[in-house]
Amino acid sequence: MNKIKSFDDLKQLREGLQAKIKQRNSGSNPESIVRIKVAMSTCGIASGAKEIMNFLTDELEQQSIEAVVTQTGCMGYCYAEPTIEVSLPGKEPIVFGDVDTFRAAEIIEKYIIHNELVDGILPVNYRTIDN
Amino acid sequence: MADYRMHLLVCGGTGCKSSESEQIRDNLLAEVERYGLNDEVQVVMTGCFGFCGKGPIVKVLPDNTFYVLVKPEDAATIVEEHVVMGRKVNDLLYLDPESDEPISDSKQMDFHKKQVRIALRNCGVINPENIDEYIARDGYAALATCLSEKSPQQVINEIKLSGQRGRGGGGFPTGLKWEITSKSQADQKYVVCNADEGDPGAFMDRSILEGDPHSVIEAMAICGYCTGSTKGLVYIRAEYPLAIQRLKTAIHQAREYGLLGDVIFGTTFSFDITLRYGAGAFVCGEETALIHSMEGLRGEPTFKPPFPSESGYLGKPTTVNNVETLASIPVIINKGAAFFNSIGTEKSKGTKVFALAGKINNVGLIEVPMGTTLREVIFDIGGGIKGGKKFKSVQTGGPSGGCLTNSFLDTPIDYDNLIAAGSMMGSGGMIVMDEDDCMVSIAKFYLEFTLDESCGKCTPCRIGNKRLYEILDKITKGLGTEEDLTRLRSLCNVIKDTSLCGLGQTSPNPILSTLDNFYDEYLAHVRDHKCPAGQCKSLVKYSIDNEKCTGCTLCFRNCPVGAITGEKRSPHFIDNAICIKCGVCYDKCKFDAVSVS
Repeated sequence: MNKIKSFDDLKQLREGLQAKIKQRNSGSNPESIVRIKVAMSTCGIASGAKEIMNFLTDELEQQSIEAVVTQTGCMGYCYAEPTIEVSLPGKEPIVFGDVDTFRAAEIIEKYIIHNELVDGILPVNYRTIDN
Repeated sequence: MADYRMHLLVCGGTGCKSSESEQIRDNLLAEVERYGLNDEVQVVMTGCFGFCGKGPIVKVLPDNTFYVLVKPEDAATIVEEHVVMGRKVNDLLYLDPESDEPISDSKQMDFHKKQVRIALRNCGVINPENIDEYIARDGYAALATCLSEKSPQQVINEIKLSGQRGRGGGGFPTGLKWEITSKSQADQKYVVCNADEGDPGAFMDRSILEGDPHSVIEAMAICGYCTGSTKGLVYIRAEYPLAIQRLKTAIHQAREYGLLGDVIFGTTFSFDITLRYGAGAFVCGEETALIHSMEGLRGEPTFKPPFPSESGYLGKPTTVNNVETLASIPVIINKGAAFFNSIGTEKSKGTKVFALAGKINNVGLIEVPMGTTLREVIFDIGGGIKGGKKFKSVQTGGPSGGCLTNSFLDTPIDYDNLIAAGSMMGSGGMIVMDEDDCMVSIAKFYLEFTLDESCGKCTPCRIGNKRLYEILDKITKGLGTEEDLTRLRSLCNVIKDTSLCGLGQTSPNPILSTLDNFYDEYLAHVRDHKCPAGQCKSLVKYSIDNEKCTGCTLCFRNCPVGAITGEKRSPHFIDNAICIKCGVCYDKCKFDAVSVS
């Protein structure tokens, strides 16, 4: 890892990273793939988030669906753990709650493959400070 | 593959469900079918929109139309007008409360969303174990700005201007705290992050450390720059292993990038962070006790002044800040003090994270602007009370706070209003209680906690709280008298006035607030020897109604102590000498034959 020696270094690194993320999220990019975030704070893990993450990784690989599954922190929906956020290329991310392996399979089959929504989407209920 | 051109999202949150949202969904489905649009339009049920006061809600994608207060019979109109004809149904749109104009695109409704995430901005968004994701979201830009463009005093002025106050509960102005440390003269100063989150039901700090550890690290470095400290310490309880692991990973990554260590951003500023583990004592959240614990001494508080800003860790000037306070600092620098200052009330600026728990539908971690009312938090964001029961009370501020009633629901939440109402902000635990909760038992629960956690150094706290507990215990057993209530109150006041630290000074609050707000319930316990909520076991009696009992033997088979007798198909009886009042018979009976008195 290169050291960040100045504000300019940081800005350069940030721009590079942001460009990468933008490219990743834009549907026009042929390399864009499905991205899934699993809420993995202590409470999420206690409700089974780790099993869901493993299940998603295995299942997507088995079905040859190119996807990146990463962990993230608490999304705040304790009443609906485990929660996952799925971003399809060129689409707004969608959060699903109460995900067990059955629902995870349903999400892959219906939403990821066939672009249908499934019951139990958690609407974003907060404002962000971006922009 | 179905290629839906339109989605109708029906809110399936508990609040909307109880206003027939399932019927709305069914009607929508039927209408869609009637027009033969099954392949074009999909109807799905969603989780709570956090807008329960205006529910049931139907949202249409992709045009983001947001229909409120929808009734089952509106389904036909929505499908006919919106889906088929492409015209929005004006009567069902949300009206802007200021202009009274209907808002057709929910994107413009963002302003009306109750939650604003500042401290939680990255939680659930970035991978906490990847520093690059933090940097991509402006991470460490605040530190870089401070080091390369601002003097320490300029940064302190910015924080002062933002009006931020300590989120650990005390509400001391953060900028002022930093300024005092910066003006103290010493060869070594320290920055301490207080991650000793101890209130029952509170998990804000853990979630921030687990979801966005870098924001805390960055803020500690900024604080170090402002105060002239080169060493940072995070005092974190050992019960938070995941938070510890993620914090360690984050510190390691920051060092690799040179964002911690010597010559940060090519300047002469050096700063590094180490972790100190706490054994989970509540009193160690008090800053002087915390410092003693870090020094290897007993976790006992000492009298202030001197304040840690003058003489803290190892006798050196030390700034102690809570996790949530720190997590907001980079935003204040990046977005400016004016941005932060524009949110909140006159004396409490910015947002506050709450851990919503108890008898509430949407248990969760929320962040709202200061000045949001308890009603909005409990009934809109929290989705109301579980099982359609009646709201009774909300406890804020943990063992130091109080229980507020119905009459405080419209009080805007900020430091001063909560104190005026007899409670306090505390670190942000919010426990909601319904009609089944006995307020005397709740007060007793908190006292039991305080009793366990009192360090024992000063007499009022050590012995006084024990006496308070004994009186409460007596009352819940039906042995209390009205004089006990008077004694309870006067002892509370003595403990408040004479205890050494915050723990003892606030420990009587749960009793005082329940005495103020629920005096009738105390009276019922001491006068009539009854517990109105049916929670105090010594005061309740279960009995079986001869008329209603069918002799199904369900209660007999489920009673764990064999207190129920009776023949098949004839009425059963409870022997109250054996009964332990567990309530299993009451819950199990299908004929409503078991009653509590």
